Amino acid sequence: MADPHLMFSGLSDVAFVEPEIETTEEGGGFFRRLVDGLAKSSKALTGQIQSIAFDPDDAEAWEQLEEALLLADCGVPATVEIIGRLERRAAAGGMAAGEDLAPALAEEIADLLSGAEARIDVSQTPTVILMVGVNGTGKTTTVGKLAEHLRRVDKSVVVAAADTFRAAADEQLEDWAIRAGADFVGSSHGQDPAAVAYDGMEAAVARGRDVVLVDTAGRLQTQVGLMDELAKIRRVIAGRMEGAPHETLLVLDATTGQNGLVQARQFSEATPLTGIVLTKLDGTAKGGIALAIAHELGVPIKLIGVGESLDDLRAFDAASFARALLGLA
Amino acid sequence: MLDSLSDRLGGVLGDLRSRGRLSEDDVNAAIREIRLALLEADVNFDVVKQFVATIKERALGSEVSESLTPGQEVVKIVHDELTKLMGEGSSKLSLAGNPAVILVCGLQGSGKTTTCAKLAKLIAKQGKKPALVACDVYRPAAIQQLVTVGTEAGVPVYERGADMDPVEIAKWGIQQAKEQGRDVVIVDTAGRLTVDKDLMGELVKIRDAVRPTDTLLVLDSMTGQDAVVTAQNFQAAIAFDGLILTKLDGDARGGAALSVRAITGVPIKVITTGEKIDQIEEFHPERLASRILGMGDVLSLIEKAEELVDKDKAEELERKMRKAEFGLDDMLDQLRSIRKMGSLSSVLGMLPGVGKQLKNANIDDGQLDRVEAIILSMTMQERKNPSVINGSRRARIAAGSGVTVQQVNELLKQYEQMKKMMKQMANGKKPKMPMLPPNMQGKM
Repeated sequence: MADPHLMFSGLSDVAFVEPEIETTEEGGGFFRRLVDGLAKSSKALTGQIQSIAFDPDDAEAWEQLEEALLLADCGVPATVEIIGRLERRAAAGGMAAGEDLAPALAEEIADLLSGAEARIDVSQTPTVILMVGVNGTGKTTTVGKLAEHLRRVDKSVVVAAADTFRAAADEQLEDWAIRAGADFVGSSHGQDPAAVAYDGMEAAVARGRDVVLVDTAGRLQTQVGLMDELAKIRRVIAGRMEGAPHETLLVLDATTGQNGLVQARQFSEATPLTGIVLTKLDGTAKGGIALAIAHELGVPIKLIGVGESLDDLRAFDAASFARALLGLA
Repeated sequence: MLDSLSDRLGGVLGDLRSRGRLSEDDVNAAIREIRLALLEADVNFDVVKQFVATIKERALGSEVSESLTPGQEVVKIVHDELTKLMGEGSSKLSLAGNPAVILVCGLQGSGKTTTCAKLAKLIAKQGKKPALVACDVYRPAAIQQLVTVGTEAGVPVYERGADMDPVEIAKWGIQQAKEQGRDVVIVDTAGRLTVDKDLMGELVKIRDAVRPTDTLLVLDSMTGQDAVVTAQNFQAAIAFDGLILTKLDGDARGGAALSVRAITGVPIKVITTGEKIDQIEEFHPERLASRILGMGDVLSLIEKAEELVDKDKAEELERKMRKAEFGLDDMLDQLRSIRKMGSLSSVLGMLPGVGKQLKNANIDDGQLDRVEAIILSMTMQERKNPSVINGSRRARIAAGSGVTVQQVNELLKQYEQMKKMMKQMANGKKPKMPMLPPNMQGKM
């Protein structure tokens, strides 16, 4: 099972248990799962790049590395940056002849991402966490899983169903809230989502709950009215409590291509983002777009989703992610 | 914003007109840019490689038409090839059979449930009697969602709750449809990852049980490189017949659709363009080609405008323009109808050639809010006849709308310019168009 303590910062001393160093078994489990998925898609390519040894004159080898990154949705600018870093490292004599290139590349990726590694701060009472994103990325599911993980670190949770648009979103979230033992603040179809978020905060304050999770409707960044609505939800939350929302997480589907960058940019204009949740990494997609976002916008990746069960939400780890991106076990 | 391919090629190939034939150097320089543009549009890496090879062959030695720059010529070739590639094969839904069975499948979150209801509505419009069957027993409240959107579409939804085997539900649903005289059955299935062997096995069982006349894969237009892997895996499992491309109301280029089309050879049948139940359309290959290349989508823009502009209001405006009675209220109306189409930057983004200009122009949608606020702070008389707005009125308007007096002045000046332009137009002179960025003037 994933240790939920790895996800959060600002836990009180009582709740905080020193996280166990990931045992090889667990690391392997999570990892194997990711790699299993990736392996099918990129078996041929992985085979190729795993066996590439460092040879400064082998242009084809460098091209294959580039290809691996592009196929993982890292995008052209981030790919150029990472390959450039590796080339500079090689030029500076940082690599021995015959050294494997792929692990070195993974190191560079992890290095680029390590600045983007961060936990969710739950030190405020209540801590307000706003979940945003385009349609179908897994916001509601992530809210449910997050509620469960918060319960496991002894945080009491209120879940506010501010997706008042999609049919049955309210029921879907209530289902999750019951599973996670969280308080549920529901809504009716077409209700003002900002009011629902406000009610959620009121309930948390009145009942002395620790965290408020606000689920919002999926919206495409091109829908001006809906983006304005999001800005309003944020304003209402901030008006109810200074410093809130404490976290605004963009839920991003790992299958997303280069449009993910546009999404991150536009959403952060409506409501500044504190982090990214990268979902559906248990499929065949590698989620390289998160790397592009971290590289170009500096928004940290905080959580990853690797499956449908409550346990399948994990803290982001740059080194494992980098290796999985390249299909290295 | 990404540069469109035309801008990029313009930069590489220069603006030399009538150079005769494209030389090998021209083509090689262009190929690199085409490759990058396609990758940024999420076209799969391998597809890009193949496609670029085709382009190279066709472009080499091809004649540059008199009216085109070499860059434009290459863009034309690319556009033609893309359109050809995506347009082959029938894009009609197979509705033969009694009942016809449409099986809808895809990854989680691609938009299956909503699309099923839209499909039902589309098919009902063709005089058929569709029904929906709810086979997603996994996602909480998925069945309820289908019931809600199905009811909205005015179509019966057959469901047995979440405790029954989806294969049995599907069989039962078809039976229900037969008994109730429905002639098309749309089967909604749970989202599934292709690495999930159990769920993929289940999908095969559903297919074998219902023997669909049309099996459709729903693909999110924002999908990246993985689209190909997903499509290949679905194809290997159930050999789908067509693609539904969703969420095209966003600003993703949609190159994934091209990849899937190229690799599986399966046609794109319909696209969906919004959250409303009737936002589903037939597929136009040339439009998607333009979109992938960032060439703007003038046709969609025109359609959008036609949809949103009130015809009576437009005629009224035309009359006012001719008589030079155009007031600030009319300007506000204009502004609002433009905004209904989307943010100003997204509207401009649909126009060819604007992409690059926009990067420097830094369009501020908030500016439109200010203009609206300023006009709304005026009295009816002031809006109708702005010449009465003197210094003290300006100060009042500025205070009322929370802007500076300078900003009020600026708006009034813009209004005067617009009015002057309209007068010229009414008199049959070709006006200068101060509102458009310079590089658009020649292209409109």
